[in-house]
Amino acid sequence: MISRRDFLQVSMAAAAAYGGSGFGNWARLAAQQRLTQDDLLAMPAFGNVSLIHITDIHAQLKPIYFREPSVNIGVGGNRGEVPHLTGAEFRKMYGIEDGSPSHYALSSGDFTALARGYGRVGGMDRVATVVKQIRSERPDALLLDGGDTWHGSYTCYQTAGQDCVNVMNLLKPDAMTFHWEFTLGSERVREIVEGLPFAALGQNIFDAEWDEPAELFQPYKFFERGGVKIAVIGQAFPYMPIANPSWMFPEYSFGIRDERMQEMVDEVRAGGAELVVVLSHNGFDVDKKMAEKVTGIDVLLSGHTHDALPEPVLVGETIIIASGSNGKFVSRVDLDVQGGRMMGFRHKLIPIFSDVIAPDPEMTALIDAERAPYADKLSEVIGHTDTTLYRRGNFNGTWDDLICDALLTQRDAQIALSPGVRWGPSLLEGDPITREDLWNVTSMSYPEAYRSEMTGEFLKIVLEDVADNIFNPDPYYQQGGDMVRVGGLGYRIDVTAPAGQRVSDMVLLKTGEAIDPAKSYTVAGWASVNEGTEGPPIWDVVESHIRSLGRVQLGENTSVEVVGA
Amino acid sequence: MRLTRRDTFGLALGAMALTVLPFRANASVEDMIAEFTGGADIGDSGVDLTAPEIAENGNTVPISVDAPGASEILVLAAGNPTPAVATFAFGPLAGSRMASTRIRLAGTQEVIAVAKLEDGSFARTAKTVKVTIGGCGG
Repeated sequence: MISRRDFLQVSMAAAAAYGGSGFGNWARLAAQQRLTQDDLLAMPAFGNVSLIHITDIHAQLKPIYFREPSVNIGVGGNRGEVPHLTGAEFRKMYGIEDGSPSHYALSSGDFTALARGYGRVGGMDRVATVVKQIRSERPDALLLDGGDTWHGSYTCYQTAGQDCVNVMNLLKPDAMTFHWEFTLGSERVREIVEGLPFAALGQNIFDAEWDEPAELFQPYKFFERGGVKIAVIGQAFPYMPIANPSWMFPEYSFGIRDERMQEMVDEVRAGGAELVVVLSHNGFDVDKKMAEKVTGIDVLLSGHTHDALPEPVLVGETIIIASGSNGKFVSRVDLDVQGGRMMGFRHKLIPIFSDVIAPDPEMTALIDAERAPYADKLSEVIGHTDTTLYRRGNFNGTWDDLICDALLTQRDAQIALSPGVRWGPSLLEGDPITREDLWNVTSMSYPEAYRSEMTGEFLKIVLEDVADNIFNPDPYYQQGGDMVRVGGLGYRIDVTAPAGQRVSDMVLLKTGEAIDPAKSYTVAGWASVNEGTEGPPIWDVVESHIRSLGRVQLGENTSVEVVGA
Repeated sequence: MRLTRRDTFGLALGAMALTVLPFRANASVEDMIAEFTGGADIGDSGVDLTAPEIAENGNTVPISVDAPGASEILVLAAGNPTPAVATFAFGPLAGSRMASTRIRLAGTQEVIAVAKLEDGSFARTAKTVKVTIGGCGG
C-alpha cells in the first residue's frame, strides 16, 4: 500500500508546480500558458487495472462555472473531517497554494476572480477527450458513472433524459447507478434502462411490493480487465422515495441495505473476484460508514454529495474516491492487483479545465446536435446579474436567495421555501442570465411552485425535519443535500443539538416579529414531494422575477445564525 | 382519487404533526419485556433485527427478525400508542428461526426485538427507525 506521502507527491505535483501567482489577477491567457492538457492528464500508468469515475453530471453537457461551498459542516464523527473542510482549511489540509489551479477547482475563496482567470470547467466533450486519453494508455480501463446523469438541464427535461443517454452512450461507460434518474418516472426509466448498452446496477434497488431485488437492475457485474477479474457492485441513492416523490416510482424501494452489500461482496469474492469495486450514490459520509461495516470492498467510488477530494480517504482496507459533480472532474484510479489482492494504487482527480483540455470533436458534434432544436430557447437572455450566483452551501446560496425572492414577490407570500439541492452551476457577476442558466438550477419533473398556508408550529417541524436529515450525527440517518432554503424567515440553528431541538428564534424578517406557532403564514415553495401539488413551474416564476428586475443584485444573506459548527 | 392541493396539504400536515420529536418509549414497554422474560437477565447478542434506518413509508415498514435457536421472538414498537407488534413462536422442528412482516410506526422511534432462546436465556436488540417528511435530496 502506498504511503500518504508517496501519494501526495504523485497527485499534488501538479498543484505545486503551477501555483504561486497570488490572488485574483490571473489573465486567462497566463493561466492557459501555465497549464497544459498534458499536465492535467499526465500520470504514469501503474499496476494492471485502471478505473475511470465520473458522477453527478446533472446533465451539464457544456462547460460551466461551479463554485464549491464555503459552508459544509460535518457532525458527529465527521466534524472537521473531509469533505467537511472548505476554503482555506481545505487548501491547508492538502497543501494547495492560494490562487493555484487546484484552489480554483477544489475550494471556495476568491471564486469570481479565479473564474475569470481559469475559465469554465467541465463539458462532456472535454470529458470525452480525457476518457479517450486514458483508454489510449489503458485500452480496457473501466468507465463507471455514479448516477445523477439524466437530470438537470433544459434539454434533459425536454428530451426526458434522452440527450444525456445519447451522450453517455457515445462515451461508453461500463456500468452506472442511479438517483435523480428515477424522477423521470418508472416507465421512462424502464424504457431507457432496457436499451442501455452497459450495466444498470443497484444491489439496494428492490421491488416495493415484494421486498425482493428488482428485476430490472443487477446487483453487480463481473469484468475481466488486465487479466484481473473485477466485480463492480452498484449502490443507488438509498433515500429516493423520501427525498424525491415516491409516487413517480412506486414500484421501487431502496435503503442502505448494508447487510445485503456484505452478502454481495462475499458472493463475488466466492465467484472469483480479485478486485471488488462499489459504484455508490450513498453520499460521502454514508459511504465512509458503509466501508467500516462492510468488509472486502477494495475501491468505493462515492457520489451524491458532490464532494471532490484530491486524494482517496482510507477506511480500513478500502479506498474511497470522491469525484465532484457537474462534469467538473474525472477520477482515474490505477491499481495493482496480484493474486486476488489490491497491492497498491495511484489516483488522480483530474479537473476539467475547459479552456485547457481540447474538446473531442465527435462528442462536440453530438452535443451540439442534441441542443440544436432548442438553441433559441436556450440562449435567450432574460436578465443580467451583478452578483455571482451559486448554489452550494449548507444554508444558502445566491441562486436560492434569488429563487426565494422570486417566490415571495411573484407568489405574494410572507415566507418562501426552496429545496436544499446541491446541483446547479454558477454565474459570474456581470454575466447575462440565459434561460439555459435558469433551468440549470431549477430543472426537474416536479417544479410546481405552490402557495399555501402553514402555521408557525408546522414551519418549525419542517425546519427540524430537514435539519435532522443533514445534521443527524449518524450518517445512515442523513439523506445528503443541504438545509431547506428560506426567504422572509430568519432562524437560529444549533447543529449539535438533538433532533427536534436544533432550530430556535424563528422570526418573520419583514416585521421582525417572532414566528407564532399558532398563527398561519402564507408560504410559497417548490419541489414538493406530494402528489397533486399545484402551481406554475418554478422556472416561470423566477424568469418573471428576473425580467422585472432587469439586473439581479443580492445583498449578504444573514437570515440564518449557525451555532455549534 | 384526485387530491386537491388543500387535501394534499391536509395529508402532509397530518403526517408531519407526528414527527416533531422522536417518540418517547411508551412506559409499558419495559413491563411487557419483563413479562416476556419473567424478569430474567437479557443478553445483547443472539437476535438480529433488520429494519430501514429511515422509513420510506411509516405506514408500512418492512422488518425482519432472526434468532438461531429461538423459541419465541417478541417485537415491540416502543413509541407506538400500542407498542405490541408481534410475538413469533417457533416449534422445535422449525428450520430457521426468522420472521418478517411490515409494521406501522407513528413516528421516529425504536423497534425492539427480544428473543427467548431454547436454552432459556434471552437476547435483545433495537434499532431506531426514522419517520420523516423528506423532500430535498441533493
